[in-house]
Amino acid sequence: MTAYLDHAASTPPRPEAVEAMLPFLRDSYGNPSGTHPMARAARKAIDEAREVVAEALGAQPGEVVFTSGGTESDNLAVFGVLDQRVATGAGAIAVASAVEHHAVLDPVVSRHGRLVSVDARGRIDLEGLAAALDPTVALVSVMAVNNEVGTIQPLDEIAALVRRLAPDAVIHTDAVQAVQWLDLGHLGSLVDLVSISGHKFGGPKGAGALVVRDGVALAAQALGGGQERERRSGTQNVAGIVGLGAALRVTLDSRDTVVERTTKLRDRLLDGLLASVPDLIETGAGPPADHGGPDRSHRIPGIAHVCIPGVDSESLLFLLEKAEVYASAASSCASGAMEPSHVLAGMGVATEVAAGSLRLSLGYASVDGDVDAVLAAVPPAVERLRLFS
Amino acid sequence: MTLAPSGPGDGPVLVAMSGGVDSSVAAALLVEAGYDVTGVTMKLWGGDSDSGCCSVSDVDDARRVAQQLDIAFHVFNFGEGFTAHVVDPYVRAHAEGVTPNPCIECNRHLKFDALLRRAEALGFATVATGHHARIVQGPNGVRRLARGADGAKDQSYVLHMLDQDQLARVVLPLGHLTKDRVRAHAARLGLRTAAKPDSQDVCFITSTGGRSTFLGDRIPLRAGRVVDTDGTEVGTVGAVELVTVGQRRGLAPGRDGTARYALAVDIPTATVTVGTAAQLDRSAITLQQVVWAHEPVLGEVLVQCSAHGTPVAATLVATSSGGGADTVAELTVELATPMRRVAPGQSVVFYAADEVLGGGIVTP
Repeated sequence: MTAYLDHAASTPPRPEAVEAMLPFLRDSYGNPSGTHPMARAARKAIDEAREVVAEALGAQPGEVVFTSGGTESDNLAVFGVLDQRVATGAGAIAVASAVEHHAVLDPVVSRHGRLVSVDARGRIDLEGLAAALDPTVALVSVMAVNNEVGTIQPLDEIAALVRRLAPDAVIHTDAVQAVQWLDLGHLGSLVDLVSISGHKFGGPKGAGALVVRDGVALAAQALGGGQERERRSGTQNVAGIVGLGAALRVTLDSRDTVVERTTKLRDRLLDGLLASVPDLIETGAGPPADHGGPDRSHRIPGIAHVCIPGVDSESLLFLLEKAEVYASAASSCASGAMEPSHVLAGMGVATEVAAGSLRLSLGYASVDGDVDAVLAAVPPAVERLRLFS
Repeated sequence: MTLAPSGPGDGPVLVAMSGGVDSSVAAALLVEAGYDVTGVTMKLWGGDSDSGCCSVSDVDDARRVAQQLDIAFHVFNFGEGFTAHVVDPYVRAHAEGVTPNPCIECNRHLKFDALLRRAEALGFATVATGHHARIVQGPNGVRRLARGADGAKDQSYVLHMLDQDQLARVVLPLGHLTKDRVRAHAARLGLRTAAKPDSQDVCFITSTGGRSTFLGDRIPLRAGRVVDTDGTEVGTVGAVELVTVGQRRGLAPGRDGTARYALAVDIPTATVTVGTAAQLDRSAITLQQVVWAHEPVLGEVLVQCSAHGTPVAATLVATSSGGGADTVAELTVELATPMRRVAPGQSVVFYAADEVLGGGIVTP
């Protein structure tokens, strides 16, 4: 029995999403920009999905731009804002946290932006952020939830700081890892741009969205037919968008129970590993909370991240795979090899400790048996690798 | 087509797949022979590469072949070890006027050390590679590395450091095949690497930038004087660190019109001494860091001084012993016929007929 603990990489598709997509992969193939009934059917379907996204993120339907996924949304946010500011001769400085996903980090770095450090838990250093802000700052991008370790960023405080110190700045948040876990209904009023990705909450790959609040000027990065209100040209991925909308609908309706169930699984998983693997470190755990265990209140329940000294991630994942436990470690490079994690480095995790990182990520489909499988597989794998190291 | 006679025994086999045709066919032969095969590409070098090995597209080739063979495939990052054991020493050596063979050091420290250890930890009894060489076992149980069946492609020279323990855990499925047969088999199987050119030169040095760009980015390259054996200055070179003993390229002919070769490179004074081919000849070579396939073998042997050099007769004489009674750490190779000086840092490999006995590194 396979234990899938890689929901942060991609989630199993929600059956409702698959069912909703099928007509648009078969008979309803009209182009949503057209005028005839088949075109109108496609347009209706994506506009219904648009309403679901707007509801989830506290936005108006017209503010939702469908994209090919999280990376395109993030790139459109960063380059779209900076290019627009450059075109108008305004300041074009971007500020981001040092632990952003590469889809934000690399665009910001390519435009010589400023990176703000994080603390040992992975939360942005607010004083550092304040120091990076000034009235010339055009864009501030801080993720809602980190994709490697699951740390939730204090977006309320961040937004307040930015509005005060960089009043002209547009605020973007990469909420790709947050949709399943947090109520984002207030985001539309808190920040200006929000990225999401369908396959992180039971939708298909290749469909995402960027919320662009009315009044935020964005230079389109894909020019052409003028779809998505001139903000993202190209015929829409109708089936993908429909799947995203259907998955999001189920996610919103079931979130409370999924969060509650997953929190219990996550705690059993981490507590079990801490008890059975000597020297295992729960990455970025806070000091013990009132109940005596590690404080995990700054984390989403979907990600359990640990570092295991004396073990290398590649070998550990290999042995876990043999035990049919599928997980992941840090981000992979183009070749597929493991790369040192900029997130762990940013949190101050020593390189040799980060070399033994393991991300076990849970989702709506996770069950007790998954946790049992991990707790059965990890201790002997670690013991074996330490024996041979 | 069949496997080399000395198959991997029972148990799962890890095949090191570079993305070239040889390791592709090595994996294919093991799969066809019914072994439980897992492919792995070692990510060694993160910088530019156009050698036909180690780039992202080479990893893609290896992955696609693994997919075609329907075997599990992994990429393991050994970049740190590669930098520490191959690239950094290569750069340091050039700064000291020494020219090492990075492929040998990669085999010594990465492919047949780090990967073998990783394989053992992961439950693989054996590691296979696509090298053209054979592993033979004598009646006394001693294993020897022997030349591959394709003389032009023989790679026993760059694998000479394998000891008994390593020879027992390494499988070379291609040793009995010619390169033509390897390519033909890849084509028959429809592997996408069937017509891929052989990898060339050093994987971390691009053909466009060359050694000068690579080293120039890492160490100061200094112009130097070129002098005759009597000390007369006869010219200059752009970078003494790039001159290898025995080199003729870039050196002007002597007044008599005959070619001049680098006889010696002295880095501290930035001086290259040049002379005639005859002046380059030596009748003895001293070696350090000597390794043996089984136990030290002194006396008459054949020696080979480059990857595809001609083996010549020589006598091995021990000059110092290493740690134990059975080891020889330094020795002198007395050549039956004088030959051109071998550059310091290069490896000299000892053979009995076509079997490797050991080898060492030319002292500075």
